[in-house]
Amino acid sequence: MINRMFNSQAALATFAVISSIILGLLAGCSPSSEPESALGSVESIEMNDALVVYSSRNEHLIRPVFALFTEETGIDVEYATDKAGVLIERIKAEGKNTPADVLITVDAGTLGYAAQQGIFQPLDSADVVERVPAYLRDDKDYWTGLSLRARTIVYSTERVNPEQLSSYQDLGASQWQGRVCLRTSKKVYNQSLVAMLIAEQGEAKAESIVSSWVANLAIPPTSNDTKLMEAILAGQCDVGIINTYYFGRLQEKQENLPLALFWPNQTEEENSGVHVNVAGVGILKHSKNAAQAKRLVEWLVSDSAQALFAGVNKEYPINDSVEINPQVASWGSFKQNPLPLSQAYLLQPAAVKLMDRAGYK
Amino acid sequence: MPNSNDIMMSESQDLIENYLSVDNVSIGFEEREILSNITFQLKRGDIGCLLGPSGCGKTTLLRSIAGFESVDDGMIKLNNKALSHQGYLLAAEQRNIGMVFQDYALFSHLNVIDNITFGLHRFSKAQAKTRANDLIARIGLVGKELAMPHELSGGEQQRVALARALAPEPQLLLLDEPFSNLDVELRETLSRDVRDIIKQSNTTALMVTHDQNEAFVMADNIGVIQSGKLAQWGSAYTIYHEPINAFVADFVGQGVFLEGNMRSASEVETTLGCFEREISSTEQDSLESGDKVKVLIRPDDIIHDDDSELTARVITRDFRGAEFLYTLALANGEELLVMVPSHHNHAINELIGIRLEIDHVVVFK
Amino acid sequence: MALPTLLALLGVLSSFLHPDIESLSHLAQYVLPQTIKNTIFLVVGVGVVTTILGVSLAWLTAVCDFPLRKFFVWALILPMAIPGYVMAFALVGLFEYTGPVQQFLRDAFGSSNAFPDIYSYGGVVMALSLALYPYTYLMVRNAFQTQGLRSLEVGQSLGLSVRESFWRICLPMARPWIAGGTLLVMMETVSDFGTVAIFNYDTLTSAIYKTWFGLYSLPAALQVASVLLIFVVIITLLERRSRASQRFSQTRSSKSVAGRIHLSGMFRWLALLACLLVFSLAFVMPVMRLLYWAVPNMDTELTTQFWAYVAGSTSLSLLAMMMIAGLALLMAFSARTYNSPFAKIVVRISTMGYALPGTVLAVGLFVPVAAIDNALGAMGLSTPLLQGTMVVMLLAYSVRFMAVAFSPLESNLLRITPSIDAASRSLGVSGIKMLAKVHLPMVKGGLLTAMVLVFVDVMKELPITLMTRPFGFNTLAVRIFELSSEGLWERAALPALAIVLVGLIPAFILIRKSDVR
Repeated sequence: MINRMFNSQAALATFAVISSIILGLLAGCSPSSEPESALGSVESIEMNDALVVYSSRNEHLIRPVFALFTEETGIDVEYATDKAGVLIERIKAEGKNTPADVLITVDAGTLGYAAQQGIFQPLDSADVVERVPAYLRDDKDYWTGLSLRARTIVYSTERVNPEQLSSYQDLGASQWQGRVCLRTSKKVYNQSLVAMLIAEQGEAKAESIVSSWVANLAIPPTSNDTKLMEAILAGQCDVGIINTYYFGRLQEKQENLPLALFWPNQTEEENSGVHVNVAGVGILKHSKNAAQAKRLVEWLVSDSAQALFAGVNKEYPINDSVEINPQVASWGSFKQNPLPLSQAYLLQPAAVKLMDRAGYK
Repeated sequence: MPNSNDIMMSESQDLIENYLSVDNVSIGFEEREILSNITFQLKRGDIGCLLGPSGCGKTTLLRSIAGFESVDDGMIKLNNKALSHQGYLLAAEQRNIGMVFQDYALFSHLNVIDNITFGLHRFSKAQAKTRANDLIARIGLVGKELAMPHELSGGEQQRVALARALAPEPQLLLLDEPFSNLDVELRETLSRDVRDIIKQSNTTALMVTHDQNEAFVMADNIGVIQSGKLAQWGSAYTIYHEPINAFVADFVGQGVFLEGNMRSASEVETTLGCFEREISSTEQDSLESGDKVKVLIRPDDIIHDDDSELTARVITRDFRGAEFLYTLALANGEELLVMVPSHHNHAINELIGIRLEIDHVVVFK
Repeated sequence: MALPTLLALLGVLSSFLHPDIESLSHLAQYVLPQTIKNTIFLVVGVGVVTTILGVSLAWLTAVCDFPLRKFFVWALILPMAIPGYVMAFALVGLFEYTGPVQQFLRDAFGSSNAFPDIYSYGGVVMALSLALYPYTYLMVRNAFQTQGLRSLEVGQSLGLSVRESFWRICLPMARPWIAGGTLLVMMETVSDFGTVAIFNYDTLTSAIYKTWFGLYSLPAALQVASVLLIFVVIITLLERRSRASQRFSQTRSSKSVAGRIHLSGMFRWLALLACLLVFSLAFVMPVMRLLYWAVPNMDTELTTQFWAYVAGSTSLSLLAMMMIAGLALLMAFSARTYNSPFAKIVVRISTMGYALPGTVLAVGLFVPVAAIDNALGAMGLSTPLLQGTMVVMLLAYSVRFMAVAFSPLESNLLRITPSIDAASRSLGVSGIKMLAKVHLPMVKGGLLTAMVLVFVDVMKELPITLMTRPFGFNTLAVRIFELSSEGLWERAALPALAIVLVGLIPAFILIRKSDVR
C-alpha cells in the first residue's frame, strides 16, 4: 500500500509542475492582456485621478459619455458592466475595499434596492437638487435619476383609431379583447409600471386591471418590446405597451412605420400621467474618491452631458431645459406621472407577486 | 586453511546461487496477511516458477519483487542488492526488472517497434533500433514492426510484451500468468518459444502461473504456494516425485491417495501391497509402525498389463489422443489413475490387468 | 478542486439561515409548482431529443455509408459553437408568426394558422436540443467508432439482424457514453437562462432570477437554487447508475475496421436528408441569420475594439482550456490513484458547478473571494490581490466547466489499466515521464475533446466573465450581452459570428485528429 502512495505522490508532483507552468503562463500573460489591471487601478485611485464606475447601463451607452467627461475635466473613468443585482452583491462583498466609486443602473426600483442595501452615501449636491425634479430622485438623497424613459402605449395606425385609446387601465376593456400584446412580466419596466398602478389605485384595483390585461392578450407575452411591435405589424395584435426608444429605433430602420405612440392618462379624470422610469446614479459609501465622484454626478446632470446621456439612447433628459433629439421631439410632449419614483422599490415586490397571481407570465 | 582465492570463489558462487533472494518475506493488506514468511533463492540464469491456485498470493509476491508492493517483513535482494525490506522500497523503475503482464499491457498508442524501444533510455536511437530489430527477429515478428497492438493476434501481442520486457536487458524478468489469455494449443508452443528466448538471452526469470504444465515446460525451479505460504521450493522433478504434502502432490500432477498403514518407520502397506517409503530430503517427520497414512500413487506408477493378475474396473476414460486416462476402481472401492496407449481401448466396467512399477512411494499423515 | 465548488454550494445552502418566508410562500404558491413542472418537462424533453439526435446521427456517420457522410462527420459538430440563446433567437426569428416562413405561408396560402407556434414547449425543446445535441453526438460517436462495427458482427454471428444487433448490443454497450453526453446536456439545460428567456418559458432558473432581481430577495433566490440542486443530484445519480456498467462494456478495440453498412437506395437518401435537416436547422440557418444582420452593421461594429474582443475571448479561452483540462487531468488521475469513496465524492462535487445558473455560481464564488481579499487587506497587504485578476476568473471557470472537461477524460482513463502503469515503471519510466509518454498519449482523444468543449464553452460563457473580468477587459460574449440586452440584435450578430468562427477552429482540429485515429 505504501507503494500506491509513492505512485500518487509522483503524479501529484507532476501536476504541481504542470499547474505552476500554467500559472507562470498566466502571470506572463496577464499584464499584456489586461493593461488596466486591477492593481494598476488601485494605484491610480490613490493618486486620485481615475474614477471607477460600476454600471448596468451598457458599455456602448456610457462610453461616449465618459469620453466627453474625461475630455472636459481630465478625470479618467474606468468601468465594469454587469447586471444590476450582481453589481450590488459585488459591492456588498467588496465592502470597504471596493475599487468602485459610483454605481449607474437602470430602474428606480433597483436604485431603491441598492440604497436600502446601504451601499450609497448621500449625494448632498445643490446642483442635483436644483436640476432634477424631486420625484425623479431619492427622497433620502441616495441617488438621482439621469435620464427618463417613458413607458407608453403603441398602436397600429391601420387598425386603431387613437380616439379609442385613453389609459393603461383601459387596455383591459372589452373593446380590446384579443387585441393586446404585452412584454413578459419578468422585465423590470413592467414591474415598475404595475408598482405605479398599485401606488395610484391600491393593490386590489391594480390586480383586477392586470387580470383584465391578461384576459385581453392576443398572444402570450413577448420576450422584448421590439418583438411586441413586430407582432402588431404582423397583425397578431393591435395595441401594446413599450418604452419609447424601442419605437424610435424601429422608426429609424423602417420609414412610414404603420405604428404610433399614444400618451395615456393625460386627462383630469385619469389624473396620473405617463409612466416614467429612470436610469440613475449613486455614490458608493466606500468610495475613496467621493469628491471626484460627486463631480461626475453633477456633470452628468448638466445640460451638455444630459443631451448626450439621454440622446444616445433616444431617452428623455431629466430636465426640461435640455434640448431633445428631434426624432424624440416629434412624438410630442406629455404629462409625466409625478409619483415619486423612490416608491417603486417598496412596491415592486408586491407588483411581481401580483402579476404572478394574475397569471401574467 | 582456505586461501583468499577460495573465499572469493565461494562468494561469487554464492552470488550465482542466490542471485534472487527472497528471505522471510511477509505481506499484508489491511490487517489481512497475504503472504507469510516466504523464503527461496533463484540461481542466476535459471527460470523459476511460482505455482498455485488463484488467490494464493503468488501474484502479490511477484509484484513485490517487481517493486509494485512493499513488504511488511523480510528482505528481497537481487544480485546482492537490497530491493525491499520493512520500511524500504526501491522504486520499481529503478530496479531494472522487466515484467510481462497477464493482459500484456502494451501501449495502445505505440506500434510494435516503439513499444519495444520504450524502455531503452540508455541506448542511442540507432542502438535502440538495432536492439529492437534483433528482438523482433527473435520473436518472429519481422515485417510487423509498424503494426499497432490491436492489429496483432493474442500470441503476437504476448511476444511483443516479452520483447519489450527483455529489451533493456533486465537483471530479472518477471512473467505474470503470461499464457493465460491464450488458447491451449498456443500455450504449449509459445511457452517453449518463450523459454528458448529467455534462455538465449541468458536472463534470469521468475514466472507466476496456476498451470503445472506451463511450470514444467518453463521452469528450472518451482515453488508451490498454498494460501500465502511457500509449501515447497525445488526442481520440477522433486516437486513432482517428492511432494512435501498432499496439497503439493495434488496440485502439481494427477494421482490418487490410497489408504496405508505403516508397518515400520520406512515400510507402508496398502491394498496393492507393501512399499518402501521415500524419505525426502526435506521432510523429517517420523512415522511409526501402525500409523495411518495416505499413499500417493501417480498414473505413471501404474502400467496396464493385460496379462497381470491384478485387475481393476474401468470407471471413466478420457481420450487424450496418444493415450487414454482411465480411472479404475479396485476391489475395495479405492480408485487409481492410469495412462494407457490409446490403442488399448477398453469399455467402461471392463476389468483390466494392471501392474505396479513403484520403487518408493510418498506418504503423508 | 472541490473546494471552490463547495464554497459556492455552501453559499447557496447557507441561504437557509435567513429564510425569506414571505417571498418563499408566495413562490411556493404561485411560481414553483409551474416552474418545477416546466423544468422537469424541459430537462426530459431536451434529454430525449438530444439523445435521439445524437445517437442516431452518431450511428449514421460512424457505421453507415451514405452520400456526403464524410462531410457530415464534422459538420454535425459545428452547432456546438453557437450559443443557445443565439440559436433560439435565430429559430424564433425564422419561425415565429412575423418570421419569413410564416410570412411566406400567408402569402402563398392566405393563412399560416396551421403552422405550430414556435413560442411553445416544442419550440424551447427544439432550440435547446439543436444547440446541445453535439455533446451527445461527440461522445457517442467515439463509442460507436471503436466498437460499433465489431458489436454488429458479434450480433450477426449470434443470428441477429442489423436492426436487432443495434438495439440489443450496440446501444446497450454505448450506454455509458450516451449517459455521459446526456448528463452534460441536462445540466446545461437546467442552468440555462438565455434560451428560455427568449421563449418566455419559466423554469427554476428563471424563477431564481426573478426572485433575486424582481422580489429583491437573494436568500429566497438561493433557496430556489437549492431546489434546483436537488434536480442536479438526481440527474447525477441516474447517470452514475448507468455508468456502473462501463467497465464491462469496454471491449478490446476491433482488429480492423470492417466495411461500413451500405444503406440501400431509399435509406441512403433518408440518411442524407436527416443529416442535412439537422445541419441546416442547427447551423446553416442561425449562421445565415447572423450574417444577414451582421453585414449591414459591419461598419459600426468592425472597429479596432472588435479585434480586442476577439483577442480577449481567444486568449481567455485558451488559458482556461489549458488550466481546466490540466486540473481535470489531475483530478481524474488522483481519483484513479486513490479510488476511495472520498475521492469519488470530491469528483462529484467538483463537477456540479456546471448545473448551477452561471450568475448564482458567480456570486457564490465572488463573495468568499472578496472576503479573503478583505481579510488580507486587514492584515495590511495591498488589496485587492485576487479580485479583478485573471486568477479568480480562471478559478471560477474551472468550477463551472470541470464537468465538461472531466466527462470525456473519465471514459478514456478507464482504458489505462493498472498494469499499464506497472509496465511503464518496470521499464524504468515513471512520474512525469510516464505521464508524458504513456498516460497523455493514451487519453489524448478524451483530452482533446475536453479541451475543445472547454474552449468553446468559455468562449460562450457570460455571467462569470462579466463579474470577474479585470477593468477594461472585454470578450465577444460580453459584447453580445451588452448589445442584445438592449435589443440590438443586429449589432450583436457580428460578435456572435466571431464566436462561431473562433469556436470552429478547435472543432476542426478535434475532427481531424479523431478521424485519423
